[in-house]
Amino acid sequence: MATRIRPLQRRPHARGPEPRTFAAAALAALVLGLLPLAAVAAPPFGAGSQDALRTGGPQAALILDLWRLLLAVCGVVFAAVMAAFGVALWRARRGTRDTPPELQGPLRGEPRSARLVAAATGASAVGLCGLIVASVLTDRALARLPLSNALHVELTAHQWWWQARYDDADPSRTFETANELHLPAGRPVLLTLHADDVIHSFWVPNLSGKKDLIPGRTATLALRADVPGRYRGQCAEFCGLQHAGMALEVVVEPDAAYAAWAERQRRPAEPPTDPQAQRGQRLFLAGTCAMCHAIQGTDAAARRAPDLTHLAGRARLAAGTVPNGRAQLAAWIADPAAFKPGTNMPGHRYAPEDLDALVAYLETLR
Amino acid sequence: MSEPPADAVPAAEAARLHATWSDPPGLLGRLASIDHKVIGRRFIATAFGFFLAGGLLAALMRLQLARPQNGLVGPDLYAQLFTMHGTTMMFLFAVPVMQAFAVYLVPLMVGARSIAFPRMNAFAYWIYLMGGLMLYGAFLLNVGPDAGWFAYVPLAGPEYSPGKRVDFWAQLITFTELSGLLEAIVIITTVFKLRAPGMALHRVPLFVWAMLVTAFMVLFAMPAVMLASTGLILDRLVGTHFYNPGEGGDALLWQHLFWFFGHPEVYFIFIPGLGFMSALLATFSRRPVFGYSAMVLSLIATAFLSFGLWVHHMFATNLPELGKSFFTAASMMIAIPSAVQIFCWIATLATGRLWFRTPMLFALAFFFILVLGGMTGLMLASVPLDLQVHDTYFVVAHLHYVLIGGAVFPLFGALYYWYPKMTGRLMSERLGRWNFWLFFVGFNLTFFPMHQLGLEGMPRRVYTYPAGLGWDGLNLLATVGALVIAASVALLLFNAWRSARHGEPAGDNPWQAATLEWATASPPPRANFDRPPVVHGREPLWEAPREPRHVKGLATDAREVLVTTVLDAQPDHRAGYPDPSIWPFVSALATTVLFVGSIFTPWAAVWGLAPVAIALTAWFWPKPHETDAHLRMERAPR
Amino acid sequence: MCSRCRERCHRPRPPRPALGLALALSLPLALAGCEREARRLELPPSAPLAAPSKAGVLYPGPYASAPVRVTAADPVVRGQRVEENAYAVSQGKRWFRWFNCSGCHAGGGGGDMGPPLSDDRWLYGHELPQVVASILQGRPNGMPAFAGRISEEQAWQLAAYVRSLSGQLRSDVAGGRSDAMGSGEPEQRREREVPRPDAAPPTVR
Repeated sequence: MATRIRPLQRRPHARGPEPRTFAAAALAALVLGLLPLAAVAAPPFGAGSQDALRTGGPQAALILDLWRLLLAVCGVVFAAVMAAFGVALWRARRGTRDTPPELQGPLRGEPRSARLVAAATGASAVGLCGLIVASVLTDRALARLPLSNALHVELTAHQWWWQARYDDADPSRTFETANELHLPAGRPVLLTLHADDVIHSFWVPNLSGKKDLIPGRTATLALRADVPGRYRGQCAEFCGLQHAGMALEVVVEPDAAYAAWAERQRRPAEPPTDPQAQRGQRLFLAGTCAMCHAIQGTDAAARRAPDLTHLAGRARLAAGTVPNGRAQLAAWIADPAAFKPGTNMPGHRYAPEDLDALVAYLETLR
Repeated sequence: MSEPPADAVPAAEAARLHATWSDPPGLLGRLASIDHKVIGRRFIATAFGFFLAGGLLAALMRLQLARPQNGLVGPDLYAQLFTMHGTTMMFLFAVPVMQAFAVYLVPLMVGARSIAFPRMNAFAYWIYLMGGLMLYGAFLLNVGPDAGWFAYVPLAGPEYSPGKRVDFWAQLITFTELSGLLEAIVIITTVFKLRAPGMALHRVPLFVWAMLVTAFMVLFAMPAVMLASTGLILDRLVGTHFYNPGEGGDALLWQHLFWFFGHPEVYFIFIPGLGFMSALLATFSRRPVFGYSAMVLSLIATAFLSFGLWVHHMFATNLPELGKSFFTAASMMIAIPSAVQIFCWIATLATGRLWFRTPMLFALAFFFILVLGGMTGLMLASVPLDLQVHDTYFVVAHLHYVLIGGAVFPLFGALYYWYPKMTGRLMSERLGRWNFWLFFVGFNLTFFPMHQLGLEGMPRRVYTYPAGLGWDGLNLLATVGALVIAASVALLLFNAWRSARHGEPAGDNPWQAATLEWATASPPPRANFDRPPVVHGREPLWEAPREPRHVKGLATDAREVLVTTVLDAQPDHRAGYPDPSIWPFVSALATTVLFVGSIFTPWAAVWGLAPVAIALTAWFWPKPHETDAHLRMERAPR
Repeated sequence: MCSRCRERCHRPRPPRPALGLALALSLPLALAGCEREARRLELPPSAPLAAPSKAGVLYPGPYASAPVRVTAADPVVRGQRVEENAYAVSQGKRWFRWFNCSGCHAGGGGGDMGPPLSDDRWLYGHELPQVVASILQGRPNGMPAFAGRISEEQAWQLAAYVRSLSGQLRSDVAGGRSDAMGSGEPEQRREREVPRPDAAPPTVR
C-alpha cells in the first residue's frame, strides 16, 4: 500500500489573494450577483396579490416602511462589515504552514485593534437601539388605527376553510359567508379570530401582518383596506393535510358596491324556478350535502362546512383551490379529494343527470 | 514545534500504556469501547449519516416545489418529509455533531488522558443512535411524524394527529434530550476537572470555552422540552389535559415550553460554530485570536441572553404587545456579543499572516453568510415586520443562513481541519476547494431567493402552490441550488472516503497549530498522550517550551487520570478510570425498550424499568480486578 | 493503521447476532404499523350515492332486513381494515361530532335518549357490518337512517369509532382524549366490554 507523499503546496505571496482563489471568488460573485436580477426580472407577480411589498392599506404600509428602513440600515451595516472583512483579507500579509506565529503583538496588547473593535461595537449598539425604537414606534402606530365606524367580522378558521360572520348592531342584519371576504374601502375592519380545531393563521399580506387563530383563545386584528382590488390571503400556520389549500380571497370595493354585496348576502336563497335546478335542490336537501352545508332559506342549516347561500357569486371554490365555474364545480363535487386530498368532504359518483341538476341548482345561488 | 527526541517516551512504556488503554478485540470489544476517540468518531460519522438522510428529504421537498401544482409528493408524505427534515437536522445532526466534536477534541485539547465519565459518554452515544434509528425505522414504516419539527398542539395532540406518529416524535425528543444532557455533564466535568496542569481557565482554548458554555446551556434548556414532550405524551397516551383548552389547559403552553428550549437550542448549534471559527482563524492567520477576554465574555453573554428570546417565535399569537416588545429588544441586543466576536475575528485577520487552505475558506464564508443571516434576524426581531414574514419562506431563508453559515460552514472547515488528527491523513485540497465553492454557490442559489418568496407571500410548509403568483421562477432556482448543494456534499463524502486510504500522511501537526491536540500523534495513541503535557500559556505549541513540560508518574499499567482544580488547574488527585464495559450499550438497549414500549402503553414505564435497573446495577457493580488495580495505585497523603 | 488491519484479519469472526429472529419478531409489529398509519385520501373505488331517504327523517328498519354484505371483493372493503386504521377511526370521531350523534348518545357514548354505546349491550349487533347497517338503515325508537345522508366510507369510519367507545379496538388504533370538555375516558383506555351474547340478534351475513 505505497502512498505517494507529496509535499504540501507552498505559495508564499507577500500580499493579495492567490490567483485561483481570486478567480473562484469572482466567479461566485458573478453567479450570485445574478440573483437579485432574477428577482427583479421575474414575470409580474400575479398583479401583486398575496404580496407584502404591494400594500393596499395603512397597516401593511407601515410595515413596508419599517421594512425599507431595516433593509437600508442592515444593507449599510452588511456592506460595512463586508468592506472591513474584504479590506482585512486583501491587505493582510500572506503566510504558510511554517510562518512563525505572531505572539508578541497579542502579549503587548493591541490598542489600535482594541479601539476599532470597541468603536464598531459601540456603533452597533447605538444602531440597534435605533432599530428597537423604530420597531416599537411602528408597533404603536399599528395599534392606533382609528376604529370608529369599524366593520366587525368574526372569522372562525376550520380545517381547511374560513368561516366569516359579519356582525351588525342589529342582529337581524348579520350574515355568514365563507372563504371570500368583501370589505369596504377606507373603512376600518375589526376581525375577531377563533379557531375551531387546530391553530391557523390569518394572513392577507397586502393588507396587514398575520395573526394566529388559537383554539381556546380569541384574538383580534384591526386593519383597513384603502385600495380597491382583489387580494389573496393564505393560512400561515401549518394546520394539517390541506394547509396549502386554505386560501382566502379579500375583495376590497367602494362603499356602495360593498353595501350592495352585503345586502345580497343578507337575503336568503331564492327558490329555483327551473325544473332542473329544482331537482338539484331536492338532491341537495335529501342527500349528503345538507348534512354539512347550509343554504339560508332552505332546511339546510348545518355549519360544518362553508355556507353556500351565495356560492355562485364567489370567484373560487374550496378555499381558493378551484376556480368557480360549471365544469369545475361538477368536478369538485364528484371528487373533492382529487383537488384537495385529505379534505373532509366526501365524494360521490353521481349519475350524470343528477350531477348536472345539482350544479344547475348551485349556480342559482348568487 | 514538535518535542525534541531527547524527551521522547521509551517504547516499552508507550506500548504498556497502549495496552492498558486499548479496547478488547472483536465485536464485543467494539461495543464495549469507552475510548472517547472511538465514541467521538462514531458519533461524528452517525451525525453525518443523519445529515445525509435529512438532506435527501430536503432534496425531495425541493423537487416537489420546483413547479407549481407538482404531483411528485402528496400532502401526507410532504408533511412527513418536512417534519423529518427539521427533526433530523435539529435533533439528530446539528446539536449532536457539535457534541461529537467536543467528545473527540475536548480531552485532547485540555491535555487529558480520557474524557470524564467515559461509560456515561458511551451510553449517551448509544441512546442517541438508537433514538435516531427508532425515528427512521418509524418513518420507513409510515409512522414517521408529520406535525412539523416543533409539533404545535392541538395539531399534534390526540385528536388531530391519530396513530402513533407524533408519539414517536415525542419519544425521539426524550432520547436526544437524555443524550444531550448526559453529554453536557460529561463535557462540563472534563473541562472543569481534567485539564492539564497549568491550563488555568484563562488559558483554555476558545473552542473549549464554546463547548463549555454550550453544555451549560443544554443543562438549563433541555428540561423545558422534556416537560413539554412529556406533557404531550401524557395527553396522547393517558388522557391528561395539559394542552386542552376545553378542560383548563392551554395550547400556547406548548409553545412557551418548547421555545424556551427551542431558542437556546439554535445557540447549541451556533456557539460551537463560533468555537470552530476561533480555532480555524487562529491557525490560518498564524496568530492567536484577538481579544481573548472579550471573546469569552461574548460567548457567556450570548448564552445568557439566548434564554430571553423565546417569545420571538410567538409574535403572531395574541400575547400582550408590550411584552412582545421586550423580546424585540432582547432579540436585537443579542447581536452585540456576536458582533464583538466578528469584529475581533476581523482584527485577527487584518493583523495576521493568512494561509488559505480549505478549512480557512469555510471559515471565511461564515462572514458573508452568517452576517447576512444575522441581518435578517434583526428584521425578524421586530414585531411588526415579523408579523408579515413569520411562517413564510423568509424565515426559512433566515434560519438556513444563520445555521448553515454560522454552524455548518465552520463544521465543514472543522472536518477538513481535524480529519488528519482523527485519521492520520489529510483530505484532498483540490477536492476540498471544489466542495467549498459548490457549497457556497449552491447554498446562496437555494436560499437567497427564499427571502423574496417570503416577502411575496409564500408561506411555509406548503406542499404545493398555485401558478400565477410569481413564485414559480424563484422556486425553480432554489431547487437548482439544492441540487448543487447535493453535488457538493457528495464531493465532501467522496473526499472523506477516499482520503482515508489515499490521503497524504499528516504527521502530528500538519497545520502547525497551537493547541494541545496537535502535540500528539495522528491519530492519537489510546491514552491520548504518552505523557500528559503541562501548560504555561494559551498557545502551548507556539510558545517556547518551559519546564516542567510533562506530567510524570502516572501509572502505565492501570487506567489513571490526573484530576486538577477548577480555576487554576493545579494537580489535585489521581483518579482510577474504568475499563471498557458492555453495560453502557446494554443499558442503552434496555432504556430504548422502555422508551419505545411507553409509546404504546404507559405500563411500559413500569415493567421497562426492570431491565434498566439490572443493566445499571451491572454497570456500577465494582469489578474485582478494577478495584484491586485502583487500590494498588492509592498512595497515603504525606 | 497497519496494527488495526492486522488485528481485524487475524481475529476469528464473531457469530452474527440473531438478525433473522429479530426481523421475524418485528415484522408483525411493522405490518401493524403500516396499516394503522395509512392515510387513504383518494375517492374509494365505488362510492355510490345510495337512494335518497324517504320524506321524513326517521326510517327505522328491522335489523334483519337488507343486511350489509361484506365480502373480500366488496369495493368498500377497505372499510374492513378500518378498525386497524387510526386515521379512519379519527375521521369516525369527527363524524360523531359533526352529525350530532352525541345529541342522543351523549358525548362519550354514555347514552342519554339514545342507548349507551360504551357498554356491553348491543341491541342490533356489535360486529362492524352490523353497526354499519344500524347507522345506514336506522333502527326502531328513533335511530335515524343515514343511508344517502352520509357516504358509505363515512359510515364505516363512524361504525369503527362507535365500536371503539366500548373498547373493542386495539389501544394503538383507538383515539385519545378529545380536545373538548368532559367526554369521558379516552377511547384507547376504555376497558373492552365483552358484548353480551343474550342481547345479540341472529347473525347478519
